[in-house]
Amino acid sequence: MKRFLAIVTGLVLGFAGAAAAQDKPPFVFTAIPDQDETRLVERFTRVADYLQGKLGVPVKYLPVKSYPAAVTAFSNNQVQLAWFGGFTGVQARKQVPGSDAIAQGAEDVAFKSFIIANVSTGLKASTEFPKGIAGKTFSFGARASTSGRLMPEHFIREAFAGRMPEEVFSRVGFSGDHSRTIQVVQSGAYEVGVLDYSVWDLEKKAGKIDESKVVVLWETPTFPDYQWTVRGDVDAVHGAGFKAKLVAALLAIDDPAILSQFARSKFIPARNADYAPIEEVAKAANLLN
Amino acid sequence: MLSRATALPKLGYVSASAAFLLAALLGVLVADIAVSALDPWAEMRRLLAGLIRPDLVSIELRSVVWTVAFAVLGVSLGATSGFLLALGFARVRAIRVLSAFLRSVHELFWALLIIQFAGISPLTGILAIAIPYAGIFAKVFSEMIEEADLAAERVLPKGASIISTFAYVRIPELAPQFWTYTLYRLECGMRSTLVLGFIGLPTIGFHLDSFFKQGHYPQAAALLFAFYLLIGTRRIWARPATLPLLIVVSLLVLPEAYPGGSILDNFLRFASQIVPAPLRGADLLALATWSNLTSWFSPILTRQIVPGIVQTLVLSQIALVATGLLALGLFPLICRRFAGPVGRPLGRVALVIVRSTPEYMLVYVLLQLLGPSMLPAIIALSLHNGGIIGYLMGRHADELVYRPDAPKGLNLYCYETVPRLYGQFLAYMLYRWEIIIRESAIFGILGVATLGYYIDGAISEIRLDVALVLILATAVLSMAVDKLSRMLRKRLRVEAMPTRLSEAPVGSGSDQARLACIR
Repeated sequence: MKRFLAIVTGLVLGFAGAAAAQDKPPFVFTAIPDQDETRLVERFTRVADYLQGKLGVPVKYLPVKSYPAAVTAFSNNQVQLAWFGGFTGVQARKQVPGSDAIAQGAEDVAFKSFIIANVSTGLKASTEFPKGIAGKTFSFGARASTSGRLMPEHFIREAFAGRMPEEVFSRVGFSGDHSRTIQVVQSGAYEVGVLDYSVWDLEKKAGKIDESKVVVLWETPTFPDYQWTVRGDVDAVHGAGFKAKLVAALLAIDDPAILSQFARSKFIPARNADYAPIEEVAKAANLLN
Repeated sequence: MLSRATALPKLGYVSASAAFLLAALLGVLVADIAVSALDPWAEMRRLLAGLIRPDLVSIELRSVVWTVAFAVLGVSLGATSGFLLALGFARVRAIRVLSAFLRSVHELFWALLIIQFAGISPLTGILAIAIPYAGIFAKVFSEMIEEADLAAERVLPKGASIISTFAYVRIPELAPQFWTYTLYRLECGMRSTLVLGFIGLPTIGFHLDSFFKQGHYPQAAALLFAFYLLIGTRRIWARPATLPLLIVVSLLVLPEAYPGGSILDNFLRFASQIVPAPLRGADLLALATWSNLTSWFSPILTRQIVPGIVQTLVLSQIALVATGLLALGLFPLICRRFAGPVGRPLGRVALVIVRSTPEYMLVYVLLQLLGPSMLPAIIALSLHNGGIIGYLMGRHADELVYRPDAPKGLNLYCYETVPRLYGQFLAYMLYRWEIIIRESAIFGILGVATLGYYIDGAISEIRLDVALVLILATAVLSMAVDKLSRMLRKRLRVEAMPTRLSEAPVGSGSDQARLACIR
């Protein structure tokens, strides 16, 4: 009994000690789970190490399972920084007044999506919107994805006189992320799909695309997409100048290992206003109040 | 009695069964049950190859520990609150309504709501289990109290207080049942916490989701086997005597929550967002506010609630009949008269595995193999529930006493065993109906167009007001079906028959405790 008490006391004290050592709260960030999870963990563990070195506070990456879960973690202040897509960034900044888009990839200024198809459809690549996809089964990525849902839906409505995707296609699904979209179109579970062009490139480089089964039909016009968004209250928690230091650190990322995992050439400054077009499209599509 | 019998239209086993069959057939006509994957067998082969060679080294032990810890704490909290609710259950209508509501919302929907303000934290995991389980415990405990043998109460001295009557008469009588049932529920609790991992809590499901998504089947198989081992050995490590220790250890090993903002602030934000958008900050006396509310609600009703309910019913009615057919086909496998001494243990193991596999995960895997449609959900629901009911029916069949010159084989099955057990079979099926409805709604999150599909959409659009309305619609649907099922059980005169797994005949086996819970 005595020994049991000793163990319990030890544990309690140990926990109290751990709590005391955490006076300095860690800086936590997340990212929308938009592709192959292994790649995301590798990429963001590297980013966490890099930021920890630059910022002088413990930096942690919190992996989440869905796009809205990333937004929720941000609004609950479980994470203070996030790598959002265009639309999730707009959602998050609406939830947390005072938060700002601070950095984006150079490629995110003019991002695009690929519409892809299983070769069994016989559809061919074109420079015009491929109207032959009407009546096929169609897979978006995540519901809150910018390049895997919001913008493609916008272009589909434009091409089919304002008709909803459910009216254009025989079946509409949400694969969950861009890597899965490739898988479901390649396997034939869906005939046509749409995804982030940079994930297509990454998966191609990784040898995961069988081009005898799945082809790119069309690339969309460009739109603004991913960005780093930070909460407005980080200076209050981590000291004045923390946000500026963070922005500088993100813009200074030049490690090719990190950049190539993002499929970005460098990071450049971003402003909330850069995403106004996304907000407009989201409102028009009734995905945002 | 006579007047009552004439007042109610006659309802026999045959017409009830025919009605359910007809509903399912109509469902099949409108249901989307295509196999759209071009080559499901290739992926299936990879899956089976992975199951045969599980990668045991890869098991993330912490996720296994946390699965148990969340379940232990969630079920303990649920049982304690359920016990308190049960005390007033029979007398206070409000408690009955509250309990019915708590259990009519699936734990995954509770989790989706709680996560909005408690974040990815142990609190979310524990509450998501404790809240619906409290409603279930309240009902089951109160049923046990009602049915208890009160012979001892008559010998109490006059003037014994309610409290001492309860403590000295009822508790000793009921404690063993309460314990057995609570420990059964722990098994369900572990299935539930596993599934919570699919939405981001750090349980086994978190890693299963990643492994299945990326096709890492040997790793997924290892985790699944670890889970079956946990369920299979529950009788050894979860006993009344070990529970206090389990609770203390669970509290100590809980994962450290990421320090979020103040939970109060987060809750207030959540509370303001579940108010329907047209009512936020609006003048509640102005007529315009209410017409705005109507125009906000009517598209939700016509484009989401109604189609969602229709699809949920289509899925659940097909799955219910498939469950019944499967159960009737499977139960001879574990029956002394039909399977013999060799087949019986094998049949049992198969049924235990089928039963322990969380349906949500099964649908998830089948969707990847067969492509998007309702078919994976039908298969998963009928396998799981058919396994459970088949198991119970087998038990009942072994209890039957036959004439010495009873026929054998198919004749015995068709002309004696099934007819004699059919009332019991209907009792189980009607009880399972509401559970199948709740699960059907949940599968929407995976892409089947039931109510959950629209809830997932509302959550993705961060429209918590819409999500809440839709979740309430699932609650109303499952409460209505619960009520209908109870009415039918009464009408068919099968209401007194056992429906919980813990009440099944045990026969010679001491393995009653290995049975899973029925809810």
